[in-house]
Amino acid sequence: MDIFTAIVQILDSTIRLSVPLLLACLAGLYSERAGVFDIGLEGKMLVGAFAGAAAASVLHSALLGLGTAILISVAFALIHGFASITHRGNQIVSGVAINFIAAGSTIMLGQHWFQQGGRTPALAPGERFEAITWPGVDAVRGVPIIGPIYSELISGHSILVYIAFLMVPFTWWVLFRTRFGLRLRAVGENPAAVDTAGISVAWLRYRALICTGILTGVAGAYLSMVQNGGFVKDMTAGKGYIALAALIFAKWKPVNAMFACLLFGFLDALSIRLQGTPLPVIGKVPVQFMQALPYVLTVILLAGFIGKAIPPRAGGVPYVKER
Amino acid sequence: MAQAAIELIGINKSFGAVRANRDINLEIVRGTIHGIVGENGAGKSTLMSILYGFYQADSGEIRVGGQPASIKTPNDAIALGIGMVHQHFMLVDNFSVLENVILGAESDALLKKSIAKARSELERLEREYGLEVDPDAIIEELPVGLQQRVEILKALYRGAEILILDEPTGVLTPAEADHLFRILKQLKEQGKTVVLITHKLREIMAITDTVSVMRQGTMVATRETKKTTVEELAELMVGRRVLLRVEKGEAEAGGVKLAVKNLTVKDSRGVTMVDDVSFDLRAGEIVGIAGVAGNGQSELLEAISGIRHAVSGSVMLDGKPIDLTGKADPGELRDRGLAHVPEDRHHVGLVLAFEENENSILGYHDDPRYLKGPLLDIDAIRNDAKDKITKYDIRPADCRLKTANFSGGNQQKIVLAREMEQDPGVLIVGQPTRGVDVGAIEFIHKRLIAMRDQGKAVLVVSVELDEIRSLSDRILVMFAGRIVGERGPEASEGELGLLMAGVEQREAAE
Ligand SMILES: Nc1ncnc2c1ncn2[C@@H]1O[C@H](COP(=O)(O)OP(=O)(O)O)[C@@H](O)[C@H]1O
Ligand SMILES: [Mg+2]
Repeated sequence: MDIFTAIVQILDSTIRLSVPLLLACLAGLYSERAGVFDIGLEGKMLVGAFAGAAAASVLHSALLGLGTAILISVAFALIHGFASITHRGNQIVSGVAINFIAAGSTIMLGQHWFQQGGRTPALAPGERFEAITWPGVDAVRGVPIIGPIYSELISGHSILVYIAFLMVPFTWWVLFRTRFGLRLRAVGENPAAVDTAGISVAWLRYRALICTGILTGVAGAYLSMVQNGGFVKDMTAGKGYIALAALIFAKWKPVNAMFACLLFGFLDALSIRLQGTPLPVIGKVPVQFMQALPYVLTVILLAGFIGKAIPPRAGGVPYVKER
Repeated sequence: MAQAAIELIGINKSFGAVRANRDINLEIVRGTIHGIVGENGAGKSTLMSILYGFYQADSGEIRVGGQPASIKTPNDAIALGIGMVHQHFMLVDNFSVLENVILGAESDALLKKSIAKARSELERLEREYGLEVDPDAIIEELPVGLQQRVEILKALYRGAEILILDEPTGVLTPAEADHLFRILKQLKEQGKTVVLITHKLREIMAITDTVSVMRQGTMVATRETKKTTVEELAELMVGRRVLLRVEKGEAEAGGVKLAVKNLTVKDSRGVTMVDDVSFDLRAGEIVGIAGVAGNGQSELLEAISGIRHAVSGSVMLDGKPIDLTGKADPGELRDRGLAHVPEDRHHVGLVLAFEENENSILGYHDDPRYLKGPLLDIDAIRNDAKDKITKYDIRPADCRLKTANFSGGNQQKIVLAREMEQDPGVLIVGQPTRGVDVGAIEFIHKRLIAMRDQGKAVLVVSVELDEIRSLSDRILVMFAGRIVGERGPEASEGELGLLMAGVEQREAAE
């Protein structure tokens, strides 16, 4: 196998591995830009993954699965909103609580409904999202360079992958070109300014959280209905937290978020690829080291290589008008 | 016949146990400038926020243009033509001027049209009222005077006929304040109604037609401005007679306590803020440093108190140098008898979340008086705080109360009590009465003069020219980082004003 094919393969898995990160990262972007910190991305993805796979296998429909994933994930986002917007609770505590509830309830319900040790039944072909083959793939496959790039990298992903990447320009457009985006950014910086301009701070933040819920729902559905043929307990495996790190790394900007997620996805792909392969000079690297690499890099990047990341100024602070 | 633009009838509002407004009645005549004065905490902002729909009154009625109005949200107020410039600006700092102006008043779901419309509308307002500001500038890069202009533009853009300004001059230089007043007069000529909240009585006399006075949540009087005096208003505000100018005898200046020589200080951007400044401060005198804010006074204070790094020069305290590398231990300076009341009491002088008694020893907590072995002697600290509360008339007289719950004037007294009661040889005070009520100003001034009469050396920096003139035995004027002149306390306001504006200096250079 030549080096070019290897690179294309790594890039291809980079894309696949970036997608859940990207969706979660954009999800976090909506709520954090609106001033609500959301450490519960992980939990919302997990319930989305479970609900999606469970509904798809029972209803025999990938689309109904996706819809259910979004619905449940939005419901969890609203719980976070109820605690932290309506009741001005601590956003971190509420987010952590959501992660615990998600981890516990998915296993419990999974076991109760399907009796497969917390798994959902393996999804049949029509119950999961299949790869889409682009026109002309077979014709160009033989063409050097362009061929493999088109047929491996661009073609052959599920619809959710394309949706995830289309969400990047879409989110940018929403944030910077629409009234909703202007208000959303404003409420994350100075909610009092939004309030005195005659706009409801609570309703605006709720709407932002609904956006978050939709995207984490899609992220979860991707994990259980594309990457995997069903739900496995704790299958998010910290991706929600990595997405949060990517969000900071991206300074809360959508296009940066895409690059940050691609980078983390690339490291993940690389670590999988290099497992067990001896490297020149260093020799064989333990699997655990390679798996830890993305996290190590996160810490290093966050500790100093990205310059000052200024979060939305009202982030994490409940809006209180009358003390 | 004069028509009421706004009538407030029997307004009540409580925040928990605090009754911020009790049974307020107020009528504001269309096409006039109506002043509302009152000490901090009198309930002025609360009343206006109710009118603007930001807070809901517990009871009472609002009429706009003679019609009963139900104002539940700022939107209702905006629809009735009421606009408000809040005391703390309601701007999104990292948005452009245009974005701030259209926020909440966008014409469609997409921004493009709204922005284009706002841009042409801003041009019109600029022509009509002389409200110039770059529509694409980012708010945080604008000086406060311009930020305030953006707030006014926001209100006018929404079609405000009645404009409420809450303490608009607190953050402005005298020249900016004058400019604001010209704009307000112009608005009045165009038939708009202006409500001006302030605690600076002189502004009230200069610009309003009618003035109402609030005290402790009640409306105590409404007067025609022409028929009242500053003295009467001050008395109504405080509820007793106040001396606006404290009496003091001649200074008996002794030996040099603090000698500043050729001091040069740069700020973090490398701009020279203090430029070759030299002066002496003697025992038994008050030296006042006058100047428009931002001419290096803050940096001078910080350098002298050892907080900020100085580029060159020296400062001698009792003949021994102060470490000017910016790494000086402020505790060491305190031990050497230099006490410092910082300009910004909220960020530097106090920990607002602490109890009053904790703040009253902050920085002196290593003093054996407050220690029992390695532990704090809580009883000693509280008794000490209680003494200070009595002596400085700090209200409420509760040393266990959280410091944030004291009014600005009382917070300032907490800092002053802490620093003065250590009996320092040199006292440096930045903005002694910023945000402090008339009644407390008198008290603080008397205290500073008493310090002087005990033979202490006192350095006062203030942007309030009145304060400098009534306190100081010698006045140094700072402009663009230099001391551009020294005058006696008899110097006229006009003369000092010219020095502060740097006029003298330019003439000398020619
Ligand atoms: N949002 C609030 N929550 C609780 N108490 C408040 C609030 N705003 C003002 N107060 C209290 O109400 C009183 C009146 O305050 P305010 O209207 O701001 O006075 P002023 O503007 O005259 O200085 C004060 O005792 C203040 O502490
Ligand atoms: Mg106020």
